[in-house]
Amino acid sequence: MVKRKKTLGKLKGFAIQFLPFSEIRELDGDERMRKILGIVLGNNILFLQGRLRSGEESRLIGDTMAMIGHVKGFKGIELAVIAGNGNSGFFGKMRNGMVRALSGGDLGAVTIVGPATIVKEIKRNPKKIELLLSR
Amino acid sequence: MVIKVFRNFFSRVFSGLFRGKKDIKLGFYGPPNAGKTSLANRICRDFTGEEIGTVSKVPHETRNVQFKEKVEIEYKGKKMVFKMIDTPGIATKIDYEEFLKYKVKKKDAKKRAKEATQGIVESIKWLDDMDMVVIVLDSSENPYNQVNITIIGNLVARKIPVLIVANKIDLKKADMKKIESAFPEYDVVGISAKHGKNLEEFYESIFKLSKKI
Repeated sequence: MVKRKKTLGKLKGFAIQFLPFSEIRELDGDERMRKILGIVLGNNILFLQGRLRSGEESRLIGDTMAMIGHVKGFKGIELAVIAGNGNSGFFGKMRNGMVRALSGGDLGAVTIVGPATIVKEIKRNPKKIELLLSR
Repeated sequence: MVIKVFRNFFSRVFSGLFRGKKDIKLGFYGPPNAGKTSLANRICRDFTGEEIGTVSKVPHETRNVQFKEKVEIEYKGKKMVFKMIDTPGIATKIDYEEFLKYKVKKKDAKKRAKEATQGIVESIKWLDDMDMVVIVLDSSENPYNQVNITIIGNLVARKIPVLIVANKIDLKKADMKKIESAFPEYDVVGISAKHGKNLEEFYESIFKLSKKI
């Protein structure tokens, strides 16, 4: 029996960029979108410390959808937010709320955004998160 | 500035006064091919005799927001009138090549992809206008999808009541418990829109949810 050789294949050029929350804390919704889209459209996978407001997350989906067909080769994004499961009880929630109020965002979370041409899928279940890349 | 504050105040007071007379706007949201239109069709057929839209195995069959006015749902002697709003499935990416797998011609696939992206933008815009929302998920698929989490988070932030429906429970791969554990803070009702299974529990949940508006 011939063993098939496993190779990574040819990966398209990309970079991973980490963005601390302090970089977007003071920005309004439009500016945040511009900043994130600027990174993602430059073929980068963005790891953002914290998470966007819920309205901004859905806006990001809407804005990127509106760009398909207008930006050459753009097919959308892959998006995942890794955050706590929220089962921290009353005092835990109160503590998290206070930390969020002081820091201006949920700093315990990480938001991953990548162009769909590079990130094929972000598979997640309660125990792990897998970033599958396109070849 | 002062005029704006007054205008907002009066619009809130008056919309509150007349809210009771308006039909409840019931939105169907979820990822593509979860069975939103199948469920909306089932309800419309049961109570009006007409369907709201077409269904297909090809994803993104619904590419425009579809409405059915004055749908009077009757359950255990209680009646409520809804405006049903069936929305295109929300996704974060669309590639026309996906449709080619379903033997759609290249030209039609490109057109479908373009319309689907516009449909998603429209779906998201409509989130603001819902009174209550049914999130339809395919119980044979992984529920830990960011789109589901984002939509639900958005609705919760707007204080719009949400019911999660685990559709396709008739399938062998269906795992309703996985959906329940993914969204432990919400009511989850398992149904099969295609076969009309467990719709009684669904209607009961809808009536219960309407009290939260």
